[in-house]
Amino acid sequence: MAIDIIYGENVSQGVGADTTNGLWLSAEDFAHVSGFERKPEGFCKGEVCYPVPPSRKAEFERAGRYNLAALAELIGQPMVVDETRRVWCFGEASENRRRALTSLDAPDFTLPDLEGRMHSLSEHSGKKVLLVSWASW
Amino acid sequence: MWQSLYTELGPKGFVPIAIAFDSAGNAAAEPWIKAANPTYPCLIDRRHIVAELFDMINVPNACWIDERGKIVRPTEAAGTSDAFRKMDRTNFSIPPDALADLLARRSAYLNAIRDWVDKGAQSKFALGEKEAVRRMHTPSDQHVRAAANFRLGEYLAENGHKDAAQKYFEEAKRLRPESWTYKRQAWALEDPLKAGGPEFWAAVDALGENKYYPRPEDI
Repeated sequence: MAIDIIYGENVSQGVGADTTNGLWLSAEDFAHVSGFERKPEGFCKGEVCYPVPPSRKAEFERAGRYNLAALAELIGQPMVVDETRRVWCFGEASENRRRALTSLDAPDFTLPDLEGRMHSLSEHSGKKVLLVSWASW
Repeated sequence: MWQSLYTELGPKGFVPIAIAFDSAGNAAAEPWIKAANPTYPCLIDRRHIVAELFDMINVPNACWIDERGKIVRPTEAAGTSDAFRKMDRTNFSIPPDALADLLARRSAYLNAIRDWVDKGAQSKFALGEKEAVRRMHTPSDQHVRAAANFRLGEYLAENGHKDAAQKYFEEAKRLRPESWTYKRQAWALEDPLKAGGPEFWAAVDALGENKYYPRPEDI
């Protein structure tokens, strides 16, 4: 079935998925959506690899597809699903947020201004920044 | 308030970056930004991603980041106080003593920023690494689950499923009851007036002695 997947910064719409007992994507879609690739060491993104527990391989791999829900559970990523509208949402693991913040390196981000021009925090390197929230509400 | 500070301190290498936690996007934020006419960056954060990254649960919350991109003051309530709780809810006036308290807290915060801009790492308000880590609050498993629910709700709202979105906002609120951004953003998407309506005041009153804007230890 065609589903939408929210994964971190990215949204992938109309992804062909098998949602029987998990979220099974083709290797190509899996990598495109999550940035993770299946390697001998496990599921890897950049320098980080998560080994597949040998006794649980069948939860992760099946007929050329990989289970994104199983990987999320392994990593500690929260997953929330709207079955009716077929939207799967994956958030960041708390451990990753914790590690990032306690490093004291301010996480970078990119957001638009009113005119739709994109701005990043890192553009202001070299200045003292007051990052302050507000809202119309 | 930030514009005049930027005018004053901008030449000394300071910049405020204001982030609008407004899931309704430009439609919600534009009138306020146009009125403020800022020359510093005012960015629109529909998904509340900066709230997730910096663990912000209210507005205004602020974080200080130095020239090397290091956090020298983790997220805290920025230059405000619980004075608004003494507001007359019919005519919106604040009693003079509460107003004086609010102005004093604002002034203290602005002066702390001035001190930081003037003295850099030597400012007592720019926390050393150990103290910055001690004060840093980071999200739990439950909190990131709340964030994922909020994210899904916001996606559904943005794509025309406003009623369905509320179910996920309710779950986000349940998982992180101390977040005012979840409550007020969800209410605002139901009805713009609701974020400051009876539900809001009831939730504020339910705090009792607890602070809506906890006071920074040293400002």
